[in-house]
Amino acid sequence: MHGRPRKALKQEDEAALSAKAEKLRSLQALFLANHHNSIYSKEALDVSAKLLEVNPECYTAWNYRKLAVQHLLSNSDSDPHVIFQDELKLVEIALRKNFKSYGAWHHRKWVLSKGHSSIGHEMRLLNGFQKADPRNFHAWNYRRFVAELMKRSDEDELKYTEEVIGANFSNYSAWHNRSVLLSNLLKKKAEGYFPKENFLEEEFEHVHNAIFTDPDDQSGWFYHLWLIDQTVKTDAPLLVSSWPSHGSRITLIGDNNLRGCGLSLLNGTLLGTGTLPIILDFNQAVEGINSSTVAIESELLKEELIWKPLSMNNSNTAKVWVVYLNLGNMELLPSKAYSVQIKVGHSKGIAFSNGNHYSDPSQISFKVLVQTASAEPAEGQGGKRTTWKDTNFHKIDHFQESDAILSADNNPHIPTTSNWCSEEIAEEITKFRDLLSEYDCKIGKLTLARLLTALDLLSSHHDGRKSNTEEVLQLYTDLMKLDPTHSLYYKDKHSLISLKRITSTRDSLLPYCYHYKDATETITGYVCLRLQSLSLSRMGSIENLLWVQMLDLSHNELQSIEGLEGMQLLSCLNLSHNKIRSFTALVPLKLVKSLKVLNISNNELGSHLIDTTRYLCPSPVSHTEEFAWERFEILAGSVSATNFWEAFLIFGSLELTELNITGNAVADENFRSFLVKVLPTLKWLDDEELS
Amino acid sequence: MGELATEKHVRYILSVEKRKDNFESVVMEHLRMSGAYWGLTALDLLGKLDTVDVDEAISWLLSCQHESGGFGGNVGHDPHILYTLSAVQVLALFDKMDVIDVDKVTNYIVNLQNEDGSFSGDMWGEVDTRFSYIAICCLSILHRLDKINVEKAVKYIISCKNMDGGFGCTPGGESHAGQIFCCVGALAITGSLDLVDKDLLGWWLCERQVKSGGLNGRPEKLPDVCYSWWVLSSLTMIDRVHWISKEKLIKFIIDCQDTENGGISDRPDDAVDIFHTFFGVAGLSLLEYPGVKPIDPAYALPVDVVNRIFFTK
Ligand SMILES: [Zn+2]
Repeated sequence: MHGRPRKALKQEDEAALSAKAEKLRSLQALFLANHHNSIYSKEALDVSAKLLEVNPECYTAWNYRKLAVQHLLSNSDSDPHVIFQDELKLVEIALRKNFKSYGAWHHRKWVLSKGHSSIGHEMRLLNGFQKADPRNFHAWNYRRFVAELMKRSDEDELKYTEEVIGANFSNYSAWHNRSVLLSNLLKKKAEGYFPKENFLEEEFEHVHNAIFTDPDDQSGWFYHLWLIDQTVKTDAPLLVSSWPSHGSRITLIGDNNLRGCGLSLLNGTLLGTGTLPIILDFNQAVEGINSSTVAIESELLKEELIWKPLSMNNSNTAKVWVVYLNLGNMELLPSKAYSVQIKVGHSKGIAFSNGNHYSDPSQISFKVLVQTASAEPAEGQGGKRTTWKDTNFHKIDHFQESDAILSADNNPHIPTTSNWCSEEIAEEITKFRDLLSEYDCKIGKLTLARLLTALDLLSSHHDGRKSNTEEVLQLYTDLMKLDPTHSLYYKDKHSLISLKRITSTRDSLLPYCYHYKDATETITGYVCLRLQSLSLSRMGSIENLLWVQMLDLSHNELQSIEGLEGMQLLSCLNLSHNKIRSFTALVPLKLVKSLKVLNISNNELGSHLIDTTRYLCPSPVSHTEEFAWERFEILAGSVSATNFWEAFLIFGSLELTELNITGNAVADENFRSFLVKVLPTLKWLDDEELS
Repeated sequence: MGELATEKHVRYILSVEKRKDNFESVVMEHLRMSGAYWGLTALDLLGKLDTVDVDEAISWLLSCQHESGGFGGNVGHDPHILYTLSAVQVLALFDKMDVIDVDKVTNYIVNLQNEDGSFSGDMWGEVDTRFSYIAICCLSILHRLDKINVEKAVKYIISCKNMDGGFGCTPGGESHAGQIFCCVGALAITGSLDLVDKDLLGWWLCERQVKSGGLNGRPEKLPDVCYSWWVLSSLTMIDRVHWISKEKLIKFIIDCQDTENGGISDRPDDAVDIFHTFFGVAGLSLLEYPGVKPIDPAYALPVDVVNRIFFTK
């Protein structure tokens, strides 16, 4: 029931309504009797018609009409035209009663698809209906159906949307239909619409009229964002980053005989597994990464490698892909540089899910060196506990060559974009600055922030231009105040831009990089990235952080760590004092096999009834992971799975040696003893050394 | 701000269940199965499902089932996928799945999948992504999702994705919060949320919150309590629910209560109905309103019911 006032009816109205109800009830009873007895006489048909005129939502009556039509058609002297005409008339009456009746609209489609009625009338009828309610989505859906049936051209329908928008720009439905029609024309490479430059400029003009007339009306907002996206997006997949990066030298520390498990990267990470990950990060999820589309040449390569998509739901597409080079059983000579070459996309197969193929064959070369370890075994061994106190971190004055740091400026893959894009975006920036100079509005500020971000992305390929990050950050700060209802949306955006700024160059990264000193006061050589207390609510720029082994994100406002799975070298992670609400939010860590140390103290685990990451984590409820009942029962004993399944799904596949979970509502004794069983590798839980 | 008038709503829901004589209930007669689901789920969320006569409800429910396995909206009405889901959801609430022939219900749904992966609502062939959700949700509850072509079903849903990140009824159809719930829900249950552009869709969804705090279902439309569910559940599934103001929405829903006679309406001071009462309570549940049990955003059933389905042997 919509839009009916809440008030007690007057007595006479009540009586009238009650009489109406009685009438409708007997009509329904009569109709159902006819239906159940398959009676299709004229009288019976009239009953169903009367019922539908009063209550077009009675779906069974529409079904009955279809059965009746089939019955009447089977009569040899029937005229299908007349039979169907009666149905169309009834639908029209029903629609006048209730314009939103699914059953009535479908009945009309059903009649028309039988091919006995002229479709000429339909457009006229629709134009009338659509004038009365220009936003009715049933009518728009029906319009698309009729247009296709009568083979009306997309261009003609585009003109219709122009007329509708011309009469009143505040019609989201029309803008939507425009995006559908233009996408079709673009896909068909129709004349005048391909390449997209041909129409985008005009469309920008078009939607400006709407946005600039009334910036608070949302009708043009999403269309404008779509146009920006159409302008800047690359059609083909791009490799945005890799680890190791092109031209880098990776130093591995080995023990004396350099065989087997003594091998480690820098200190610690790969100890035990003897594998070296190679990570490829694309601009969007791609499929088709395998040993033929990505060829690796190196004397370190002894077996065929299997690329793995870092995907949460076992799909074969992912933004980040990884392969593990097994060096564990290899005899490596100290101080020899082993070169590795990776050729990406020289044979076809890497593609977006829309089928667009990677078209920028590129090569990544790096060298692997092995050094003999001079001192004691690496971090994480021998009962030393990782502490995150400030005194354990030593500022870095400058990076060593051996620090395998990566930032946006040494990502070598420069996509070529046409000048047209940057010019178009620059022009939009001018227009929106003009708008803002006259009227301070959120869509003006938000669009400007997005445009400036897009321009930075485009011009990062043409060196020398000044970045607009500071202005964008200011815009998002302003927006948080201007539109407090959506402040956390702007805050998330702000976080992403902050991270982009921090990771843009080696110089910008340096203030956040520290050497970690362990309990014995030895500087370990670990470079720890400390992004603590930055009021980050969202992680990003992972493509520039693939190298990170030790990460301090404490004292932020993170409730999600989406994307962190790309950090395949990560060994120690501090998430304490954030807003992590549930174990399922930690799911990216399931894919980080190198993770040993995790601090999630002082979060909100166990404080919330609603889990907002329940469906972003593989589990039985989303049919992405079977529940390991047997293992659960062995580990948990009589504990009910309905309570602990999330923690089991996450921790059951981690090999942590240290975990801190204090300061969360969930962390009682019962739960701690469960954790100890699920994590047999654990040496430290909270502040306690496990025996 | 006022408080949730739990007792009054419980009384209202129970009275609607019984009332069959007024005009409203005659007009809604054909969808009583969905009405039962709305009312009973709301009762469960309010902790009062035990006030219902289970046997009576189940025997009525079974009298709506057809030979084909599908359920009608009421006794004597044709089977339809809409009411088949409602019936299965009610059985899940009562933990009474053993009263039906699960394979028969499964067959009914499996036969409604079309070559392109889409689903028809019944034998008359209306296609809509609502029916994709219903089929997927229903089969998942029955532990029979493997009986349909999930890959094709997902592909069809994705073909209904729009420039704003939302979804329509059929390819080219305009985004609408109710439809988005169906599509995002179906993708959630099939583990396919990676195919959703969460930031784009999240922005569209969070912009549904208007000044009064209520949510609308499409741009430039009026706010309405039922969208508290469609929009909130979608935002919850894609982990973007923090992009709206929970406090303002709670206030809007509370303002839509009939504090005298119980029930919740679409907007303040409008007439209440069972549909908006359920969606208001479900919205408050997702907003973690004290005293309301948590609801699962994809299955639209209480979390404990869903956990019972998937995490008990
Ligand atoms: Zn509503």
